[in-house]
Amino acid sequence: MDIKKINETIQMISEEHFDIRTVTMGLSLLDCIGANGQQTAEKVYEKIIKKAGNLVATARQLERDFGVPIVNKRISVTPISLLAGNSDYAGLLAIAHSLDRAAAAVGVDFIGGYSALIQKGTTPSEKMLIESLPEVLSKTNLLMSSINVASTKAGINLNAIRKMGETIKDIAQQDPLANAKLVVFANAVEDNPFMAGAFHGVSEDDAVINVGVSGPGVVKRALETVRDQPIDVVAEKIKTTAFKITRIGQLIGTLTAQKLGLPFGIVDLSLAPTPARGDSVAEVLEEIGLEQVGTQGTTAALMLLNDAVKKGGVMASQRVGGLSGAFIPVSEDAGMIDAAVAGTLTISKLEAMTAVCSVGLDMIAIPGDTPATTISAMIADEAAIGVQNNKTTAVRVIPVPGKGVGDEIDFGGLLGRAPIMPVINRSSEKFISRGGHIPAPIHSFKN
Amino acid sequence: MKRAVVTVIGKDRPGIIAGVSKTLAEKQANILDVSQTLMGTIFTMSMLIDITEIDAQFDDLQNSLKQTGEVLGVTVHIQREEIFNSISQI
Repeated sequence: MDIKKINETIQMISEEHFDIRTVTMGLSLLDCIGANGQQTAEKVYEKIIKKAGNLVATARQLERDFGVPIVNKRISVTPISLLAGNSDYAGLLAIAHSLDRAAAAVGVDFIGGYSALIQKGTTPSEKMLIESLPEVLSKTNLLMSSINVASTKAGINLNAIRKMGETIKDIAQQDPLANAKLVVFANAVEDNPFMAGAFHGVSEDDAVINVGVSGPGVVKRALETVRDQPIDVVAEKIKTTAFKITRIGQLIGTLTAQKLGLPFGIVDLSLAPTPARGDSVAEVLEEIGLEQVGTQGTTAALMLLNDAVKKGGVMASQRVGGLSGAFIPVSEDAGMIDAAVAGTLTISKLEAMTAVCSVGLDMIAIPGDTPATTISAMIADEAAIGVQNNKTTAVRVIPVPGKGVGDEIDFGGLLGRAPIMPVINRSSEKFISRGGHIPAPIHSFKN
Repeated sequence: MKRAVVTVIGKDRPGIIAGVSKTLAEKQANILDVSQTLMGTIFTMSMLIDITEIDAQFDDLQNSLKQTGEVLGVTVHIQREEIFNSISQI
């Protein structure tokens, strides 16, 4: 075997922060619907224990076998609103706590799918689920929620967006950190392994293994070898690097699935940062030639990065899915935090960046006195970008009561810390209060 | 045949190859190929080994090699071969 190849692999893992960000088991809970919420909760618990009991041990063994860290082991489940049609509020809470307990029992880091898909309309159980969010997210530990409020096909549900702005404020009152567990989507995907937005779509298998790779550090190191060269050389370099990263994701995913006797789903070709120095998407953009992320040229550099990662990854993987793009969560990326603190990176620039990458305004702390309608308007803007451009977009903002611009909030662990970023303080209230539905764009009528 | 790659990196000193080989021999791992170089004073070695017969004791071998590495003052990794092939081949 080629020694160069061996050394390159060892270096990627030990020095450049390469890791598998997550092995996520997607699990259908549609067969767990009982006569009422309490019964459903019991069945949900049993199914998770039965199907995912060996997930963590299997992933740990593969970590040892191949020397590749798998940072998170996770579960995504059927959107819970679909299971709660015959539940009352107490029953829904029982399901939520049952999910949380099952996740803890099998040892996963997170469980996602406390979700509702309401881009067009809202059923009573979906309404109930959204109303339960402040209580559920502040009283559970591992449970993650996502709400889809818009799609290219259905348009933008402004009523739902108004409600989500209010809900995010209510959650902040209970526990500001709980908003890190909620994401509001446009064009949500059904096989996303990343949190907080992972859920297991109804068109999926009963159980499936999805993998999300990481590795901004590897890309940055690779780009250090092509300094001062033309931009197409940069694109090529990112492509070949993304290929290698994805190959490992494919290998680990296939083997996990094989060992658990499940089908392998997808590799999500995302560049996901962590708060560690040297594992930052911002640093990759700066290596391309920006003094600091957020300055002019950031959107162009990010577009190139995002596209090259996909092109390299697609060939390397049997099946690609999920969000597949560069993530720009502010609090989870050391370079983004620096730029936000310095004032180089603003929410307006981040919004522009979300037009060319996955996923959206992510992990952004905002002043506690930001009106609910302003948060709703941020969601509407992101939804518009997603709906119009046929892509997934999302909002995960964290209003922090009692704090303003210049303060900071610490989430701990992979979620990092975030400076409170300024929000434009002109009202969007009349716009949001109109309610109703923004129609689907003309180019969605393809049949 | 199931194979794994053992890599050793650290400051050069007498007995590194002997120490690692001894641990492999004790654990019944057959060495198929060895490549060793010095980069300045840094010792690097890659070994391809056959683990078909001892596959079930992979964790045990991994722990023993790690301990050997600690005694010798070098870093020892062992990884299954597939990862090195899959990274650059389809």
